[in-house]
Amino acid sequence: MLLETRQLSRTFGGVHAVDRVDLAVAAGQAFGLIGPNGAGKTTLINLISGHLRADGGSVLLDGATVTRLAPHELTARGIARTFQGVRLFKGLTVFDNVLVGRHARLRSDVVRRLVPRRSRADPDRERAMGLLERVGLRRRAGALAGELAYGDQRRLEIARALASEPRVLILDEPAAGMNPSESGRLRELMRALVAEGITIVLIEHDVGLVMGTCERVAVLNFGRKIAEGSPAEVRASAAVREAYLGVEDVA
Amino acid sequence: MDAIADFLATYSTTFAIVGINALLALSVWLTLYAGQLTLGNAAFMAIGAYTSALLGRHLGAPFPLALAAGAVAAAALAAPLGLTVFRLRGVYLAIPPKTELWHIYLSLAVVAYVLWRVQGSIAGRAWAAIREDEVAAASQGIAVRRYKLAAFVLGALLAAWAGGLSAHVTFSIDPNDFAFTKAVQILVFAVVGGIPNVLGPVLGATVFTALPELLRPFKDYRDIFQGAILLAVIIYLPRGIVTLAELRKTRRLAEIGAADVA
Repeated sequence: MLLETRQLSRTFGGVHAVDRVDLAVAAGQAFGLIGPNGAGKTTLINLISGHLRADGGSVLLDGATVTRLAPHELTARGIARTFQGVRLFKGLTVFDNVLVGRHARLRSDVVRRLVPRRSRADPDRERAMGLLERVGLRRRAGALAGELAYGDQRRLEIARALASEPRVLILDEPAAGMNPSESGRLRELMRALVAEGITIVLIEHDVGLVMGTCERVAVLNFGRKIAEGSPAEVRASAAVREAYLGVEDVA
Repeated sequence: MDAIADFLATYSTTFAIVGINALLALSVWLTLYAGQLTLGNAAFMAIGAYTSALLGRHLGAPFPLALAAGAVAAAALAAPLGLTVFRLRGVYLAIPPKTELWHIYLSLAVVAYVLWRVQGSIAGRAWAAIREDEVAAASQGIAVRRYKLAAFVLGALLAAWAGGLSAHVTFSIDPNDFAFTKAVQILVFAVVGGIPNVLGPVLGATVFTALPELLRPFKDYRDIFQGAILLAVIIYLPRGIVTLAELRKTRRLAEIGAADVA
């Protein structure tokens, strides 16, 4: 397993936001995480990415325990993520956002920069441009990130996350605020990334998107995992119907 | 030529203070660029001033070495510093003036150049990212705390260097030179000058140091003039004087835009 959580738990003032959750995400998989509002999905992601400390349980990456690592260390080890509310560097250009996303893969250039010399081709800049091309933002490279439309901001955040060459890409509601054609393109992008060997963990409200993209789906409710399996198995689960799917029309 | 020499001789202290204030303004630039506010740099300046002065006086240390020692001391102490300044109260020191104008302006040129190059580096981008969003910055692999500390320590080092230079411009130093007013003054230079690039703090320090001299004929109204300029900058150029050029460009774009609509 590339990414695992074992009995992972976190409480907030007595409320079990995440309650003894076991997840196992295989390398190269697209793994979906669904559940009603407040089910603990984002808390779970924050525990995995190091933004929150777990009260109990552990997170394993490629078999090694990474539970206590800080976010920047986890990024260096290959976990990248986007945020539910979109957290771009709004005052920086679109291009610089992607370059910052590459931070974990760069070596300090301060000393080098003190001696002026003719600029030569920079593979990191080319790669950043390539990522912008990929999410359809190449022409906006010089714009400030805060000036982008919401859907574009979400795509920029994905490009920024990809810049760190992650093994696991965690997407927290990437389709929120996107129109149907945008979320269609997002689905294609995710498929292409999985085909390239990137493991994706997708948290989504749009159940259709999850069911259509992921090979395996886990369902959270009140901080607990109530079901896991293929999309078809999850759809058939009585517990899931009762907790969640019954409320929405998934057919 | 004589006129120029006279002018320089008459105003050499002013030039020295302008240069030192520019260095001080640059000492808070890095932390401000990374989105942090420091009021400690007057204290670091004091450490630089006293360390270098005492080393020179009691141990006869050569001037550059004394300056460097002051800077290193400040950098090493760049943590609980309000207290140190507090302890220095009442320590009046007489010092032989050693600083020459070129010391100050060479330092300024080197510091401004280095900071300018740093701004466009990977570390510079990391500091900007921290300013924009710390949580997101950490997610990109940036060791946020380490970067913030580095900005703080580098600033302390620069402030101490400037402090050492300033101690040897005049014949004495007094703890009151490094009081709260100084801390605020340094921030005003930097912020009013503008943080978007390193010219901002230099510009701010120059304008606000030279202004009182230029306004000498209107002595009675000097504070009013200064206050008015400060207000005007805050209202019309919230990102600093250095963004004046940008503002004109935006205006022009706005006009073009309006013409398009019409």
